[in-house]
Amino acid sequence: MSLSTDDVRHVARLARLALSDQEVESLRGELSEILAYADKVSEVAAADVPPTSHAYPLRNVYRDDTPQPSLAADEATAAAPQAEDGRFRVPRIVEEP
Amino acid sequence: MHPLVAADAAGLQRLLHAREASATEITRAHLDRIAETDQHVSAFIRTLDQSALDHAGDIDRRLSDGDDVGALAGLPLALKDILCMKGVETTCGSRMLQHYRPPYDATVVRRLREADAIVVGKANMDEFAMGSSCENSAFFPTRNPWDLQRVPGGSSGGSVAAVAANDVPLGIGTDTGGSVRQPAALCGVVGVKPTYGLVSRFGLIAFASSLDQVGPIARGVRDAALLLEVIAGHDPRDATSIPTEVPDLHTTLEAGVEGLRVGVVREFMGEGMSDGVRSVVTAAIDRLGALGAEVVDVSLPHAGYGVSAYYLIAPSECSSNLSRYDGVRYGLRVDGETTERMMASTREAGFGPEVKRRIMIGTYALSAGYYDAYYAQAQRVRTLIIRDYEAAYADCDVLVSPTSPTTAFKLGERAADPLAMYLSDVYTIPSNLAGAPALSLPVGLDDGGLPVGLQLMAPVLGEPVLFRAARALERELAIDSTPRGRGSLAEVAA
Amino acid sequence: MSAAPGASPPPPTAARDSGVEQASRFEAVIGLEVHVELNTATKMFCGCAIDFGGAPNVRTCPVCLGQPGSLPMINAKAVESAIRLGLALGCDIAPSSQFHRKNYFYPDMPKNYQISQYDVPICLGGELQVATAEGFRHVGITRVHMEEDTGKSLHVGTSGRIHGAEYSLVDYNRAGIPLLEVVSEPDLRSAEQARAYLAELRAIVLALGISDAKLEEGSMRCDANVSLRPVGHSVFGTRVEVKNMNSLRSLGRAIDYEVARQTDRLSSGQPVVQETRHWNEDSGTTSTLRAKEEVFDYRYFSDPDLVPVEPDSDWVQRLRAELVELPAARRNRYTAEHGLSPGTAALLQTSGLADRFDEAVAAGAVPADAAKWLTNEVAAWCNEHLIDSAGVPLSGAHLAELTRFVSDGTLSTKLAREVLEAVLAGEGSPGEVVAARGLAQISDTQALGAIVDTAIAQNPDAAQRVRDGNAKAIGALVGAVMRATKGQANPGLVNQLLQARLHQAGER
Repeated sequence: MSLSTDDVRHVARLARLALSDQEVESLRGELSEILAYADKVSEVAAADVPPTSHAYPLRNVYRDDTPQPSLAADEATAAAPQAEDGRFRVPRIVEEP
Repeated sequence: MHPLVAADAAGLQRLLHAREASATEITRAHLDRIAETDQHVSAFIRTLDQSALDHAGDIDRRLSDGDDVGALAGLPLALKDILCMKGVETTCGSRMLQHYRPPYDATVVRRLREADAIVVGKANMDEFAMGSSCENSAFFPTRNPWDLQRVPGGSSGGSVAAVAANDVPLGIGTDTGGSVRQPAALCGVVGVKPTYGLVSRFGLIAFASSLDQVGPIARGVRDAALLLEVIAGHDPRDATSIPTEVPDLHTTLEAGVEGLRVGVVREFMGEGMSDGVRSVVTAAIDRLGALGAEVVDVSLPHAGYGVSAYYLIAPSECSSNLSRYDGVRYGLRVDGETTERMMASTREAGFGPEVKRRIMIGTYALSAGYYDAYYAQAQRVRTLIIRDYEAAYADCDVLVSPTSPTTAFKLGERAADPLAMYLSDVYTIPSNLAGAPALSLPVGLDDGGLPVGLQLMAPVLGEPVLFRAARALERELAIDSTPRGRGSLAEVAA
Repeated sequence: MSAAPGASPPPPTAARDSGVEQASRFEAVIGLEVHVELNTATKMFCGCAIDFGGAPNVRTCPVCLGQPGSLPMINAKAVESAIRLGLALGCDIAPSSQFHRKNYFYPDMPKNYQISQYDVPICLGGELQVATAEGFRHVGITRVHMEEDTGKSLHVGTSGRIHGAEYSLVDYNRAGIPLLEVVSEPDLRSAEQARAYLAELRAIVLALGISDAKLEEGSMRCDANVSLRPVGHSVFGTRVEVKNMNSLRSLGRAIDYEVARQTDRLSSGQPVVQETRHWNEDSGTTSTLRAKEEVFDYRYFSDPDLVPVEPDSDWVQRLRAELVELPAARRNRYTAEHGLSPGTAALLQTSGLADRFDEAVAAGAVPADAAKWLTNEVAAWCNEHLIDSAGVPLSGAHLAELTRFVSDGTLSTKLAREVLEAVLAGEGSPGEVVAARGLAQISDTQALGAIVDTAIAQNPDAAQRVRDGNAKAIGALVGAVMRATKGQANPGLVNQLLQARLHQAGER
């Protein structure tokens, strides 16, 4: 499995990682190697084997619809890198100003 | 070393309840030991001297008032810095959370506190639990007390090293692909990965949600059992938590292995391990036989695919679990003109190379067009491995293998080759995929004087038989777990 | 091109010029995705209470803020609401369903993934019966699934809109509130049908009591997928998603606009671009959302923190048995059993007074009479007094009594209205009001006869005009009798007596 530079940049965009050109290049090699190894999984397990997403077979685990205490507003925003008027502040969301 | 620091948990509790040592004295002795050793070992990101002494003082007061104290009263403990502790920096070994203070306690932390364990420090770890050497910590690498130029293993390298160095009698780590067992093997201590779902994950900063488990670390099986009994049990805040009572590990602990069927996993005894590991492990298995266990050969035919399945499943889950680190609500922020750029710059700066690597693998494996070939396929392999274990346990009570293919390697030796690093986990990963419990027991030293660990495995919720088998062998081998030899901590801090 | 705010602009040129010919070449294919915000006490995956108003970020916790180490726990009541809605829509309840993670980055998403459902939703395959001008139409329901809501962003800049904002401020009070997403098959063919579908779905949600379903407030949200295809073709055209319609009226206008826009493009040989468009209420147009054209790769995978939902058949059967009578069934009952016209049945059902109707009929009222009073006078009174119809201070028994007074002649319709007002004002039962005010209609022929004679004597000119054949002139005489009796004379009887007196000259 060999990844192209475009593949790497596309995945980096999906993952919101602002990789440097150097990182893109080294990741390209590393990911290709790792994924080639991981591809071993295709050697076994026919499609009729059901996938396991939970190791222990629990079902129907619920919580009652009963209110629990919330955090105080200042606790909620205490760790915020930037806050304003009790809200979390972020830069503009759309690309063009 | 000070006798209080050389003692095990059971020993310290005897002294405490006999009033021969106070919780404060015990805590001070261990804080002094840390002050002496940590400049060499770097097991701790942060020590919590004041709160530890406060807690110890409170325990002493209650004892003198004749009030009850918890099952771990007076026992200093190293907490891997991946479990949320309210108001205390919980970094996960990452720049991303370097100054992050959680607004809540993890369930495990709450149970430890209620049991009066004294958390003396937040232990170093590979960043976001990704690594097998503790070299991926954003802050500094931890060193192996047996040879300070070597790695302690990872990702729970800090808590394991702290226990091995006699900084604390008890440690808490987490194990997703071997991160408690492998460092335990490399540092000559006992490390346990419980059944998936036995210990609450609420407040455990997630790496791979279907694989992560909190595990106890100690210098002996009895101490590990004591600790596991405190932290285990159902938690209504964790939907994957098994609705079971706390397991009784102590009643059958000393029952021995007479008549127990021990399966040696063929696929784990083949090529790929060092000669030193092979000879020490084989000798240990022979001793089990000599104790009366019925030792047989078993096969886990798909175990060899474990690493490949794991390196699809774990990164996939982690790529999603780590999406929340975006500079908006907590943690590091690197500003940008737009939210998207801010998030991307923040994540670029906040995550180290291994974390980025795994996020990229996971994102790719889940992306459109690849999901079925990678993620879904890996989950099918997971099913096959689970079936292999079920079949093996039809004929065996416990399984054994080496824990790690090698003893501790040198710092920097594997850093350049991620895949080689991943293969350190070849024997440990399958138990995580199966959600079954496993334990690493120190069983001797290789020719270079480095610890070798034997991995014991049991069926789901089979902790009682797992501990029982380990204890029997431990008693028989009577290993001295104090780090010694050339380059070890003993040379600089007795 | 400027248009008055609120007015729709003229349809695009080609459609207007070619008119009917162009419009009939294409058939609109519409599907609706509706999000219903549940009125559970707590959020979908944590115990934060849901209440509105109040300061930002006061209804949050480590779970709904996506703090490290937090884990979701499913709200059982939300699952119950999902099953009930599925049953009401005739869906199959999945024996095993699973939550999936929908991964994408956005600041109002605390975890940068939304816990939703993907290929194993809780409900699959149902249908809705929708009343249109051409009769009833069956609209397929593809699925109903559960998911969590996002937080809310405030955009700070000159317009307060996201475009041109300098920065944004996020409040997570709404993050994690339970949503049910209802996806229809693309079976709708017009704006009218879409509106009827949405109204019917809303009525069902209200009947179930699982949400207050207010489009204007966002507790019910609707997105439309609109495409065109040549009439007679079966292959779907390129579809456009339209968002931001906050009322039934907006939905209708937006669809009309979008259909016209696409017709215009296709008729002039241009393709329809697959995209998401935003409905602008003020300009009456849809426009491309200026966020970058991105094909989202959500990288769905089953959420490892949440185990499967497998409602046992006993639970489902119990919920099915307890299901309230749904709007369609109720309307059918009104037309079939009570002989109401479909229009009246629908009006009654949407008025919120249907329960009173059932009570009144049970107390002996003639259905048509009860329906008439409820859909006219009672509904008007509720509107005027801003009282929710569910809380109207009129029992079915009292309504039955009132309608009986009218049908047996005790009260004229006019007087009955007066009595109704009094009953609604709390003066007592109709009987009590009539007695207290002495309003019983005078139907005693003898008593009335005397008054009629007096009226004729006092209004000789009017009387003569009637005798001469001017039928309308009787009004003055009727009026005189009504005044003399303070409105309590039985008007029918008054007319009868006047006619008899006036056309039998010489008789007394």
